[in-house]
Amino acid sequence: MSDHQHTQAQHIVPLSVYYAIFAALMVGTAITVWVAFIDLGVLNTVAALAIACTKATLVILYFMHVRYSTKLTWAVVASSVFWLLILLALTFNDYLTRHLSTYG
Amino acid sequence: MSATPAQSTLSAKPTLPAISPVMPEHHYLNNGYGLKSWLLTRDHKRIAILYLLSVSFFFLLGGLFAVVVRLELATPAGDLLTSDNYNKSFTMHGVLMVFFFLIPAIPATLGNFLIPLMVGAKDLAFPKINLLSWYIYMLGASFGSWAILTGGLDTGWTFYTPFSTVASTSAVVPAALGVFISGFSSILTGLNFIVTIHRMRAPGLTWFRLPLFVWAHYATSLIMILGTPVIAITIVLVAAERVFSFGIFDPKRGGDPVLFQHLFWFYSHPAVYIMVLPAMGVISELVAGSCRKSVFGYHFVAFSSLAIAIIGFFVWGHHMFVAGQSVYAALIFSILSFLVAIPSAVKVFNWTATMYKGSVTHATPMWYAMGFIGLFTIGGLTGLFLAAVGLDIHVTDTYFIVAHFHYVMVGGTIMGYLGGLHYWWPKMTGKLYNENAAKVAAALIFFGFNLTFFPQFVLGYLGMPRRYHAYPPEFQMLNVLSSAGASILAVGYIFPIIYLLYSLKNGRIAGANPWGAVGLEWRTSSPPPTFNFEKTPSVTWEAYEYPEGVESHVA
Amino acid sequence: MSPDTSAAAESHRGHHPALVHHFDSLAEQHEAASLGMWTFLVTEVLFFGGALMAYSVYRSWYPEAFASASHHLDITLGAFNTAVLIFSSLTMALAVHAAQLGQIPKLKLFLILTMALGATFLVVKGFEYHEKYVEGHIPGLFPFNYQEEPQFFAHAQIFFSIYFVLTGLHALHMLVGLGIMVWMYVWAHNGTIDRDYNSPIEIAGLYWHFVDIVWIFLFPLLYLIGRHGTTAH
Repeated sequence: MSDHQHTQAQHIVPLSVYYAIFAALMVGTAITVWVAFIDLGVLNTVAALAIACTKATLVILYFMHVRYSTKLTWAVVASSVFWLLILLALTFNDYLTRHLSTYG
Repeated sequence: MSATPAQSTLSAKPTLPAISPVMPEHHYLNNGYGLKSWLLTRDHKRIAILYLLSVSFFFLLGGLFAVVVRLELATPAGDLLTSDNYNKSFTMHGVLMVFFFLIPAIPATLGNFLIPLMVGAKDLAFPKINLLSWYIYMLGASFGSWAILTGGLDTGWTFYTPFSTVASTSAVVPAALGVFISGFSSILTGLNFIVTIHRMRAPGLTWFRLPLFVWAHYATSLIMILGTPVIAITIVLVAAERVFSFGIFDPKRGGDPVLFQHLFWFYSHPAVYIMVLPAMGVISELVAGSCRKSVFGYHFVAFSSLAIAIIGFFVWGHHMFVAGQSVYAALIFSILSFLVAIPSAVKVFNWTATMYKGSVTHATPMWYAMGFIGLFTIGGLTGLFLAAVGLDIHVTDTYFIVAHFHYVMVGGTIMGYLGGLHYWWPKMTGKLYNENAAKVAAALIFFGFNLTFFPQFVLGYLGMPRRYHAYPPEFQMLNVLSSAGASILAVGYIFPIIYLLYSLKNGRIAGANPWGAVGLEWRTSSPPPTFNFEKTPSVTWEAYEYPEGVESHVA
Repeated sequence: MSPDTSAAAESHRGHHPALVHHFDSLAEQHEAASLGMWTFLVTEVLFFGGALMAYSVYRSWYPEAFASASHHLDITLGAFNTAVLIFSSLTMALAVHAAQLGQIPKLKLFLILTMALGATFLVVKGFEYHEKYVEGHIPGLFPFNYQEEPQFFAHAQIFFSIYFVLTGLHALHMLVGLGIMVWMYVWAHNGTIDRDYNSPIEIAGLYWHFVDIVWIFLFPLLYLIGRHGTTAH
């Protein structure tokens, strides 16, 4: 951080990167619609989520500049994902085992 | 923060108290007197005072409902209140105490006041957001009060569906809105603390030189940030179901009320740590300051705060052992719940070890610290009973639970709150309170508290269910003890208001460092100037670096 | 900020009108504001996350009803709106870029474009909502109509309840975003924003991109369930 002390700490991303990411996001949107109409069984959901995660990652890394940010910013982003996973995992720990048995 | 060449480096030795301290000429309290100078202030210390007044008000209001509850329970028959009004009384007691007192109590008052001082900053990172958080709190609290005035709330503080969404005829939406809105005040406070602690520490003040109070508040802030949004969305879902008749938890349309409980407790269990972690931070300061020693195992105590914050998110299902979740979920949640005991025990052991061979002073704050350690230990150990599925099923929804969480909430958080208030009162006001009066109050609170809540463990184990306004006559003896204890407790709570207010006008002048404590907040005048320090401090010493043989001059 | 770098920053005190008293430099102020916004976005992730969890639970319980109900959403409008939002994210990124270089006229242009695209999204969303109203697919508030597949009458209401909560909250965030964009435009116009002080634009951009990301997930989760056939998974 010490090299940024005179003005704001910032990294100027070349415009070509923004255009490339924009193109990738548009292609991703097209693919996600296309793939939804193909019968992949359970993999349909997996594909939809994988594409959405990829698109979100691109936005976070480039449009939101996390690629060029401090470790702390990475940690903050990671913590949001981690806590969301806690919420989902421990709740589904209930829902996915309900059919096995209950007591009471 | 800055480190100019002219910067004076303070020595590690605390300055010995002056013979007759004088009030500083300029301080944050005399920097403007009008209402506007308070209501538009961005000074974290003044905002802390605003919070202190408001949370204390809601504590007293919540206490009034507790008085009504204990009066009703003095006799077995439901003679004072109808069952409906009893339901509303304990609900309003719970809602007011949890959301409008316990959660903001320590962070928004002591945390707000002390964190910038302890990290050597001029203010919190976002002073306007800090003021905004108080207004949001007041708006939320107004909705909560509106709910009381428009017929009250009878769902219990937990808002369980489908009762809250379909059946209850009471003011669910205003109360839920109040909780929703005040949640944002909590989020903003947490956000401000996190950014301040990361970005605004004084030169030389590394993470491991921070007071444990700051570590505890950092951990608390994490929970505020990560947990509060989930209760917010839960309330949105409940409100959507109640107002628009959407079907989300509605069993008639295939919805699952247990899903509400998952979402609710994902926040509300960690919220217990929002309440108790700051109190633990206070106790660390009180123990170190009163024993004149570094806290034993500083790193362990610091990391145990983080561990509690993180593991606290893994255990919510222990509130749902009888709610219909799967056996396997209950098993996992039970195991994980036992894990939280480890970092909690680390703290208790380390405070105790700190006292060993310390030159312990018996000023009022230390009385509260010792009270906390004892009561929190009982609260924590009974928590282990409740983490065990089999035993929990026996005592679910009985007074055993009520006693357990009051030992943690009242015996923990309120003891920490009052202890901290007594420890930093001279810093906040520049005045010393009457030590004898304070000790009488501390003793009344400790005695009254145990008399109120210990019998409830027995009642619960014998099978008295919670949330009923009548009970079989054989429980009367223990209930009368409990109600008698509550009246002693009430006196104990009123007493500090009197002697603390009295000290404002008539108290002796405290001076910068009446306890002879180390820590940045004691190295500026009492009360501190608006921007906290004359010069930005530069820290060259470890936390709690107490020299041998220096005693405080109070007590 | 590591403390030892701030001595040099100290010499900049008072140089910029946007520097507030308790920070030593604009860099430090920006770092704090950026961390503050990121921390706020964490709360947003968990806010939407709670509703997404309700979605996940019910979709795993009632996959056929969810697929059936999802077929009533207009995939063309959904895809169009996704493209609109991605485009607005690009214009937002370009606005930040212009602000970093101190190109104020460009910044104002991109802010207006971003607002126009955001407004387009909301108008389209409004048409979709209206269609749901006409079809009788708003549960609770109005008589719910699901005659074509009556076996899903109850569970489709859960889908639409969650649909309206998620998209409604998203639209609310869009509205807030538009408000922030107006605010940023005013600051760009009145000279508050300049080459040295573009932090607010970047912080506002973080929020805008986040709202875009939410939609990137909502689109496949709500519109694209079981599109390949009549049965779903």
